Amino acid sequence: MTGSTEPAVLDLSPAPGAAPPLRKITAQTGHELRALLRNGEQLLLTLIIPVLLLVLFGATSLLDLGTDRRVDFLAPGVLALAVMSTAFTGQAIGTGFERRYGVLKRLGATPLSRTGLIAAKTLTVLLVEVLQTLVICGVAFGLGWRPQGDPLSVALLLLLGTAAFSGLGLLMAGTLRAEATLAAANLVYLLLLALGGVVFPLARFPDGVRAVLELLPITALSDGLRQVLQHGAALPAGPLLVLAIWAVAGCALAARFFRWE
Amino acid sequence: MTPPGNAAVELDGLVKRYGSVAAVDGLSLRAERGAVTALLGPNGAGKTTAVEICEGYRQPDGGTVRVLGFDPVRDARLLRPRVGVMLQSGGVPAQARAGEFLRLMAALHANPLPPAALLARLGLTEHARTPCRRLSGGQRQRLSLAAAVVGRPELVFLDEPTAGLDPQARHATWELVAELRASGVAVVLTTHHMEEAERLADHVVIVDHGRVVAAGSPTELTGAERQLRFRARAGLGLDELLAALPLGSAAKESPAGHYLVEGDVQPEFLATVTTWCASHGVLTEDLRIERRTLEDVFLELTGRELRS
Repeated sequence: MTGSTEPAVLDLSPAPGAAPPLRKITAQTGHELRALLRNGEQLLLTLIIPVLLLVLFGATSLLDLGTDRRVDFLAPGVLALAVMSTAFTGQAIGTGFERRYGVLKRLGATPLSRTGLIAAKTLTVLLVEVLQTLVICGVAFGLGWRPQGDPLSVALLLLLGTAAFSGLGLLMAGTLRAEATLAAANLVYLLLLALGGVVFPLARFPDGVRAVLELLPITALSDGLRQVLQHGAALPAGPLLVLAIWAVAGCALAARFFRWE
Repeated sequence: MTPPGNAAVELDGLVKRYGSVAAVDGLSLRAERGAVTALLGPNGAGKTTAVEICEGYRQPDGGTVRVLGFDPVRDARLLRPRVGVMLQSGGVPAQARAGEFLRLMAALHANPLPPAALLARLGLTEHARTPCRRLSGGQRQRLSLAAAVVGRPELVFLDEPTAGLDPQARHATWELVAELRASGVAVVLTTHHMEEAERLADHVVIVDHGRVVAAGSPTELTGAERQLRFRARAGLGLDELLAALPLGSAAKESPAGHYLVEGDVQPEFLATVTTWCASHGVLTEDLRIERRTLEDVFLELTGRELRS
């Protein structure tokens, strides 16, 4: 209590009221964005690692990618990784600790409400993804990337991927202890990075294993983006279907089992 | 919008069970608008559970709850802007800066207090840019209190608002609570500091084992009875003293050299005791008249055994 400012006279008389819905959601979104962009570990996961992988394997021939157009193969995979890092890993860890520190509980008693909080979290994830996409595409273009395909298919894949990973991330954050979420979310990130066709071509795996790996959301997203951006396909049915199933299942399970405190 | 003539909080026969244990077991109380109501009780008495039911966090298993005339779960949307909440622990994000968190809480309300002025008021101006995880426990408590009042609520629930605070911070909290009351805000707080309840509350509700064991104003609870204490050399003839005092008075020496005289302590009563001492050449030390404290009442009602 060493405040140097003269204690202000405050009008404490009741004047209750909720802010308009849009202002509540933008305030919460701004708050979440600031916290995220200021967090070094989150930035490592969401920006530095994806860009590093793109540059490392795009500019060198350390890894046999089965094509000379290295960036055309890598960029879609790295975009998929970016979506996973933000919607799944980052969101799971962040929300897990918010739950542990009682922040979710406290926000539940404000006029924001749970629906508003989820809207703000979704908006935050989408805004971070826009930033990631801009940075990754910029670097990829610098490495000579020549994307094909229609933007609509790309947007649809990214949105479905975001929904699937968000559902799974929130399911984890809302059911496990915060420390367990931290460990598990990072482990899943690493495993899916290695197994999901992000930078290591799936063709290297035996057929039987590959068939299973293709059902993973990260594989569906990176493969779908590759079909469009590398090979010019429109609305790749297989990956879209896999992502849609994960999205519905993930969100339904999160809605059912998420515990706020 | 508010049903007229309602108390800030009305609980009637409230029951909340966890498994076979009833954390709240038929609790009834009334907290008036514009008054401070203190829920006093040992650990595990059910204070927090009762408050969290009022805040809409839990659904009771029995009884009725009315907060500002509304049902806290069903009418949550209507109540949230009007009720300020300070949780017993947690509720402050780790990453955000103190000032940012309070500005966010302000932005969720229609007519908030200016966050900077509120921070200044609670001595947190210098920490406005400190990440919350680096605040001390006491600073976090004060930030939590600020967040509870920033929306200019009609009713605030403060769950152990001064637990772990240093004396300066405790006084700052007490002053703010007194000011809230003076501004017409209803305050419901839980505490196990008797001094806090005695000092702040218009109405004290003593809770034990999930039930109300006594309720009233601090004076009603402590009663009008006074007693006299002094120290003097050991082994005074108390029978002789009692003979000089009105019938129904009592005196005892425990431990040796410490005397307690009970009775209708009026000016004459005091004069009789000191005259008697003077006539015996006894110089009393630490002579004082005291009222029963809330702590005496509390221990009488809830027992002296330790609670987990």
